[in-house]
Amino acid sequence: MKEHRGVVATGLGKRYDDLWALRDVDLEVPAGSVLGLLGHNGAGKTTAIKIFTTLLSPTTGSASVAGIDVTADPSAVREQIGVAGQEATVDGLLSGRANLEMIGRLYHLPRAEVRKRTDELLERLNLTQAADRLVRTYSGGMRRRLDLAASLVARPPVLFLDEPTTGLDPKGRSELWEFLGERIYAGATLVLTTQYLEEADRLADDIVVLDRGHVAATGSPAELKARIGGERIVVKVDQAADLERSAGAVDPFADGPPSLDAEAREVSVPTRPGTRLIEVVRALDAAGVDAVDLQRREPTLDDVFLALTDNDEGPALEVAA
Amino acid sequence: MTTLASDSLVLARRRLAHIRLMPEKLLDVTLQPLMFVLLFSFVFGGAIHVTGGGYREYLIGGVLVQTLSFGLVGPAMSMATDIKEGILDRFRSLPMSRSAFLYGHLVAESLAAGLAMVIMVTSGLVVGWRIHTDFAHAVAAFGLLALIALVFVWLGTLLGVIVRSPDAVMGVAFVVIFPLTFVANAFVPVGGLPDGLRAVAEWNPISAMVAGVRTLFGNPTALPADGPWPLHHPVLSSVLYCLALLAVAIPLTMQRYRARTEG
Repeated sequence: MKEHRGVVATGLGKRYDDLWALRDVDLEVPAGSVLGLLGHNGAGKTTAIKIFTTLLSPTTGSASVAGIDVTADPSAVREQIGVAGQEATVDGLLSGRANLEMIGRLYHLPRAEVRKRTDELLERLNLTQAADRLVRTYSGGMRRRLDLAASLVARPPVLFLDEPTTGLDPKGRSELWEFLGERIYAGATLVLTTQYLEEADRLADDIVVLDRGHVAATGSPAELKARIGGERIVVKVDQAADLERSAGAVDPFADGPPSLDAEAREVSVPTRPGTRLIEVVRALDAAGVDAVDLQRREPTLDDVFLALTDNDEGPALEVAA
Repeated sequence: MTTLASDSLVLARRRLAHIRLMPEKLLDVTLQPLMFVLLFSFVFGGAIHVTGGGYREYLIGGVLVQTLSFGLVGPAMSMATDIKEGILDRFRSLPMSRSAFLYGHLVAESLAAGLAMVIMVTSGLVVGWRIHTDFAHAVAAFGLLALIALVFVWLGTLLGVIVRSPDAVMGVAFVVIFPLTFVANAFVPVGGLPDGLRAVAEWNPISAMVAGVRTLFGNPTALPADGPWPLHHPVLSSVLYCLALLAVAIPLTMQRYRARTEG
C-alpha cells in the first residue's frame, strides 16, 4: 500500500473488560481533508481519538497517522499531531501566554519562534486581551480557544479536535466554526468529533457515523443528507394511537419515510422544499389529529440514526457507557 | 538526553510558577515554616526544659524535620491535581520525553522544599539557634536535611499518584504524618514518654532524622542512655532510614505513575 499521509484505521477495536468501546472501525482521512466523527456520548469517538493520539493502545487492528503506525512508533506520531481535548486541557494556574509558550517549548521549537507563534495564535483566536491573565479566570469559550491554540502552536500536519464546540454558547460555537472553516492552515488534515450533524455538515469533507463503537455510516455530508432528507417537520401528539394517523396526514408533504417515536409521541418526516406549516396544520386537522406541538427543524443526529436503523425498533441510541 | 533535561526544566518552571502565583502554595513553603519556628520557640520555649542546652537549641532540629515531612503535602497535592485535571493527557500527546513530567515535578518540589529549609534556618538563627560544629559537620547536616527533604518529596509524589483525588491528600497526611512527627523526639525528649509511646518514638525514623540533624549541628540531643541502636548512631541510622524509604518509594511511585497515566 502506498504511504498515506492522512489518518487510516483498519479493523480498529478497543475493549474495556467485556465492553467494546470501539469495534472493527475502518476509516480513511485523506491528507488535507476534514473528517467529522459523528456520534452520541459513548459512541466511541473519544476512544478513537485517544488511540490516534497515542494515549490509548488499541486492542485489535491498527491505526496510522501521517504514515506512521501509532503503536509501532508513538513518539514519531506525537511529532506530527496537535490535540484539543473535550475538557480543555490547559493549565488554569498559568496565563494563556505561558500555556502556549510552554507547549511550544515542549514541541522543541526555538524560543523566538515560540514567541512569534504564541502572539500570532493569541491574536487569531481573539485572546490577546486576556493573554496575561490566569487561565482559571477565563470563560469556557476562552479556555476552548486557548486549548485549540495549544494544538496549533507547532503547526502539526494532523489535528485532532474532540468535540471542540461542546459546552459552548451559540456565539462561541459560531466563532469557532468560522475559525475552523478557514481550514486553519494549508494542507492540514483534521479529524473532529461532534454530536451535531449541523457541525459535521458545515466543517467536514467526509463523515463517519459511530454508534456504540461501530461505524454506522460513512459518506460525504451530501450523501448522508440524501439518505435522511433535508428539513423535517415534527408533529407531537397526545395519544400514541394518533401517531399512525399523523404520519398519514403529513404524507403528502413528505420527501421520505416518516420516523415514529412512540416514547416521545412524535412523528418526524423530511419535507419537500416549499412546504407551508399552515397546510400541514390543515391536513392534521382534517385527519382529526389533535397535535400538541408542530415544528419545522434541521435534521439532527437522532434523525440520522432513525434513518439508518429500522424504525420499528425505535431509536437505537442506548448509550453504551 | 538533552531534550529530557530541557523538557524537565520547562515543566519544573511550570510548577514553580504555580507556587509563585498561588498564595496558599507560596505560604506553605514560606510563612508556615517561619510560623512553626516562632510558635514553638516562643510558646513552648519556656515551658519545656531540656538538659544540655536551651530549648530553642534543641527545638530547631525538630522543627526542620517536621516541616520537611509536612512538605510532602505539596508534591502530593500538585501531582494528584495534575492527574485529575487531565493535563497529563495534553503532555502525553506532545513529542516530549516521557519521564520529563515526573522529573520536572521532582525538581520543582525539591526547590520548594529547599526554600522552606532556608527560611527555617534563617529564622532559627534569628531566634537564637546556633550551629556549634565545624564547617564539615555543618555541610553534612545540610546534606542530611537535603536527603530528608528528598525522601518526603518522593513520599508526597507517591501519595499523589495513589490517591483518587487531591482532597484525600490532606486527610492521609494528617492521619499518618502528623502523629509520626509528634510521637518522636521532635519537640520533647523521648525519655518523658509513657512506655508504649516511647518504644514507637525510639524506632520512629523521624526521631533518628531529628537526632541526626541535631548531632551534626552540635545541638543538644537529649537522647536516652538506654535507647535502641538507631538513637545511638543517629547520623548513620537516619541516612539508612532515608535510603530505605527511597528504595521503597521510588519504584512504587514509578509503577503507580505509569499505571495512572497510561491507558
